[in-house]
Order: sequence, then C-alpha cells, then structure tokens
Amino acid sequence: MNKTKTGVLGALTALMLSTSASVADTVKIAFIDPLSGPFAATGENAFHLFQYAVDAVVNDQGGVLDGDTFEIVGLDNKISATETLIHLQTAIDDGVRYIVQGQSSGVAAALIDAINKHNRRNPDQQVLFLNYAAIDPALTNEACSFWHFSFDANSDLKMDALTDVIAENPDLTSAYLINQDYSFGRAVAASATSMLADKRPDITIAGDEVHPIGQVKDFTPYARKIVSSGADFVITGAWGADMYGLGTSLIANGFTGPIYTYYAAASGITAGFGEAGKGSLFILAEGQTNPPASEEAEQYVAGFKEAFPGENFTLARTSNVIRMLAAAINEAGTATDVVAVANALEGLEIENPFGGTLYMRPDNHQVIQDVHVMAHTDDGVTNSLDGSPYGLLVSDSVVAAGRDSATTCEMDRP
Amino acid sequence: MDLILVNLIDGLVTGLLLFMLSAGLTLIFSMMGVLNFAHASFYMLGAYFGYQISQYMGFWMALLFAPIIVGIFGAGVERYGLRRVHQHGHVAELIFTFGLALLIEEAVQFFWGKSQVPFMVPEALDFALFSISGNAIPAYKIFMIFIAIGIFAGLLYVLTKTRIGMIIQAALSFPRTVEALGHNVPLIFMCVFGVGTALAAVAGVIAGPVLGTFPGMAFVLGSIVFVTIVIGGLGSLWGALFASLLIGWMTTFAASYNVGLAEILTAIGISKPVDMANSPWRDFWQITLSQIGPILPYLLMVLTLIFRPHGLFRKGGL
Repeated sequence: MNKTKTGVLGALTALMLSTSASVADTVKIAFIDPLSGPFAATGENAFHLFQYAVDAVVNDQGGVLDGDTFEIVGLDNKISATETLIHLQTAIDDGVRYIVQGQSSGVAAALIDAINKHNRRNPDQQVLFLNYAAIDPALTNEACSFWHFSFDANSDLKMDALTDVIAENPDLTSAYLINQDYSFGRAVAASATSMLADKRPDITIAGDEVHPIGQVKDFTPYARKIVSSGADFVITGAWGADMYGLGTSLIANGFTGPIYTYYAAASGITAGFGEAGKGSLFILAEGQTNPPASEEAEQYVAGFKEAFPGENFTLARTSNVIRMLAAAINEAGTATDVVAVANALEGLEIENPFGGTLYMRPDNHQVIQDVHVMAHTDDGVTNSLDGSPYGLLVSDSVVAAGRDSATTCEMDRP
Repeated sequence: MDLILVNLIDGLVTGLLLFMLSAGLTLIFSMMGVLNFAHASFYMLGAYFGYQISQYMGFWMALLFAPIIVGIFGAGVERYGLRRVHQHGHVAELIFTFGLALLIEEAVQFFWGKSQVPFMVPEALDFALFSISGNAIPAYKIFMIFIAIGIFAGLLYVLTKTRIGMIIQAALSFPRTVEALGHNVPLIFMCVFGVGTALAAVAGVIAGPVLGTFPGMAFVLGSIVFVTIVIGGLGSLWGALFASLLIGWMTTFAASYNVGLAEILTAIGISKPVDMANSPWRDFWQITLSQIGPILPYLLMVLTLIFRPHGLFRKGGL
C-alpha cells in the first residue's frame, strides 16, 4: 500500500516537474562567432550586445509565451567554417534551435548549407539561422534558404541607399572605388559601378581597384594614386586595419572629399581617426543612435553602456534579431516548432525603436529597414564610440531601403 | 615625373622603417645563429609602450623611454630565457621565440584590448612639410627618414669604428677566443639582444601612429621582416639596408601604377589568347601589378633562395 502511495506521489511530482518545466522553459540561442584571434574584438562586442538584448528585450519584460526566457550561449568559431559546423552540431545536441552568426559571409554560407542538410535529415531537430551581419547579397538571392533570415541590410541594399544619396549631390562627379580583394570587396565595387551608372550616368569612375586583404603595410601609394586621379569621393568596403590604414593615408596625403565606407567605425577606428576624420568619413549603416530615434532607444543604449562599461554600442540590429524572434515566437505560440516560428517571421512587421519599422520580406528573408549615411563627428553625438568624443551622426536616411528590390531567391519550403 | 619623386620618398620611408626592424633581427641572428620569431612582437611592444607613455608624458618622452624599457625587457629575455634554452639547441630556441611571440600578442590584447588604440602623430609634426604637384609630404615622414638614417649611421659607426664594436664583431665570429682574452661574451650577447629589441621598439614608436597600433601589427610586419633579411643575407647590416629599400620601393611603385600583367606579357612578346572567355589563363591575364604588389617581396625571396641562397650581401653558405 505504502509502495503504491509513493509510486503515485512520485508520478505526481514527475508530472508537476514536467509541467513546471514547460511553464518556464529556456529558449537557447547559440552565438557562433570569433571570440578569440584577430577578429575577437568585434565578435566579443557583438556577443555582449546579444547578452544585453536577451535580457533587456525579453527576460526583463516577462519573457515570451508563458514566461519562457532566452539564453544566449557564446561559441568561438575563430572565424573558421570548419569550427562553426562542429559548434553547430554540439549546439543542436544541447537543444539549441536558434543560431546567430554574422562575422564573414563565407562562414554564413557554409552555415546555411549545413543547416539545409541538417533540417532535411532531422525533421524533429530543425534549427533557424538568424544572421545579424553577413551581408553578401548572395545569401538572400541565389544562395537563399527558408531557414536563414538576414537582419542587416545586404551590401546591395546599402549601396542602393548610398547611390540615392550621392545622386542628389551635384558636387560629386568622380568616384574612386578601392576594395579588398575578395568576394565582398568585389561585390561592393560591382554594385557601385552599376548603380552609379544607372542613377548618375555623368559620374565618372576615376579608378576601380582591389588590394590584397590584410597584406598592405602602408596605404600611402594608394592614397597618392587616388589624390592624383582627381576623384572627388571614395567608396570602400574595407574593414579592420585595412580601413584604418586606407582612411588615415587618404586624409594625411591631402584627400578632402567624402570617403563612403561600410565599416569605418568602432574597434578603435573612430578614436584613431578623431578630428582628422571629421567631414571626410561617412559610414553606411542601419540603427540610428545619434540623434536618438526614440526615448526607448536612448535608454536602451544607456542601459547597455551601464551593463558593459567602456564598450561600444554599434550593432542596434542585435536587438532587432531578439525583438523579431520574440514577436514571431509569441505569434507562432511555440518556440520548439521552428517551422511555425519561421512562418511567423515571414512578413512580420514591427516598430523599430531605432527608427522606422522592421519588415521581414517573405520572398527572400531579408529585413527591410531604414538605411542611413552617418557622418563621423563630435557635434551632437550622445552615443560616442571608443571612449572618444566622436560618434556617428545620421546625415541622410533612406526609409525602408530596397523594399521592392528584385531578388533571384527561389526558396524550397518545408 | 612628379609622382615618381613622391613615390621615391614614400618608398624610402617604408624601406627605412623596415630597415630599423631588420637591422636588429639580423644582428641577433649573426649572434645567436637562430631566427628570433618574437622580433616583430618587440616592435609591437614598442608601439604600445610608446602609446601608453605618450598619454602621460608626450610623444618625445615615449620615443626615449619605450625603447629603453623594451630593450631592458629584451635583455632579460636573453639572460633568463634564451640562455637557458640555448643548451638544448637551435630548435628549442626557435620554439622559445615562437612561443614568446604568441605570449606577447596575448598579453598586449589582455592589457590594451583587442581594438586599435589611438596613438597619434605628435602635434609638432602634424603638418604637411611641402607638396609636390598637389601631393602633400607630411613632416612626420621626413622625421622618420632622419631617425632611420641616424640609427644606421650610429650602428655602422659603433660596429666598425669603436672598440666595443670590434669586440662585438669578434665575439660574433670567434666567441671562445674573445672569451679567452678576458671579455664577458654572454654579457655582450645580452647587450646585443637588448639593443636589437630596442631598435625594433624605436621602429614601433615611430610607425605606430602612421601604420596603426593594434594587436595584429606584429603579424602584419613579421613575415616581411624575415623576407628582408633573407634577401639581404642573414647577418649582413648592409644587406638589410639594401633589401629594405628594395622592398620599400618595389611595393610602393607596384601599388602606384595600375600596370596590367597583360601589358607586360605583350611587351615581352607573348600574345594574348584570342578566345579570352574560355582561356584557362583568363584570370592570369587580368592581374594588375597593384593587386599583387604586396606579394612581390615573397616572390623575390623565393628567387633569391634559388639563385643566391646566402642572400645578396652575405658571403659563403647559408
């Protein structure tokens, strides 16, 4: 008798435990990006932004569904595709159903490929890939996938916005394109050439060249060539030390026109340029923080800086990823059925505290948002970078950039 | 024509900077007979110490004290690290310096973070000295040229004209004999190592503001320094100078002119394939010199090793 009693009790406790587990579950998100090596600075900063976003957007607001909380797990892929796939497998085995990654479009492409195969073979363990920074346009065109969602404007959308702004400035008549010699650099040059020809046929391309990535010690000769070519503006997709070297050489050697860039901010670059970059350096990005787009955004930035003192707030889209994922999970009513979540994400449109709206295009899974040209300056900057007085002030905006742009994406849907 | 003059100056600056690094490395090599993989790391340490000191005492004090600190640190590494490892042979020494390079890089990231630090050109030199047909020549570059030439002249004088220099040279070739004559050879070696690393640190303080001060700076310059001393001949000061200038000018001119490989090939009488779209050589024909410029020193090194394995300036075998 006693035995059956304990048996019943045991069953009851087990039942209660399992229900309580389903009441407050944890939605695990794996962050797979470089946390060591030469690209660790950007990777680590992005990880902290996600850690903050998870708490500020979801956990402190009561979670999703019935109080489920988000948990983000950092996995160091050393920017290698091989390491990424190993981490993907261990993450899936640990019950992770959402992957975020962004550094390097090459790694993103490998991840899409691996997830396509995995999801086909393991219908009960499917995962979604939320890409916050890899912006090779191929990822939402020929290489697109139902399982992949892109939260940054891809490089074509950014170039589209930039050329819109350039087209309205009659002072700009001659362009110099200089990029790193790899797929992304070449994609930037190609889209700049075709879009400028389309929107401002009178602009001449004074130079279009690529340089070996991470190999150039001194950019002075390139700067000399650009100055003597008579170009009045420069477009470059270079990043890291290449971006810093190119920009400082250009300015030191007497180039006075605007330098339009994708990545000339934070990681010490903003502080390094300092006064010299003012009036010359422009960056194409989403996520307006100067001037703050809303009070909510201002508080969000302040909250992050309090949680991670001394760190830069740059990738506002990290909060967009979490915000849209939470909205989609709530709409789908489940966090475990990722097909339902993916379907809810498609066509989802929510308010963006950093300005405008966020709309997930259903046909290619590209987020459509406002894209800005931001100036490197110390005037009117509330969210400054690198501990310097300098930051990025929005100078021109293109609302919902590329909402109706063409796509070659043909998605296989489950 | 004007651009050629500008490029000559730019190339000279790059070359002399390279020389400051390779001079120390080549001296250390002729002393220990082993390549110091951590040499470029001392250059990086110089830049970071320079940055830190300049925050409190200004650039000029940084230029004075950072090399001294790095030199003392380098001497300590020789005295307490390399000298102990030395008895286990060259391979152990090689691995020791390699490990040291990794250690220094991690330490720098630990103390100064993984991002670029804002190490700036001093205000006194932050202006364009003169300009050649619209190309500004910053005063800082001319300053770099004078510092480098001063160092070369100083080294040459000490090594060839002074008593200390003669003892050093003798100790490099015949350490036992010099020891038998009553000189403290291990002390000489320690000092040479210290001076070599201090020279690298001078290069770091000077180059930090123009080439950027970041944890990858040792890696970026490290390989090219080895290329320089291999081309110049291991252990030869003149060789290091010659190879540095050669590489400086070569990379500068290659980057400055968009000469296509197609033009060079046509000029030497190879005709372009008619059906370009299907030719397996298509990409090869479209390469421009500025695209492959930074790779040229490595090509030169391979050629040197094939045709003159002991380098351009060193007599005898490797």
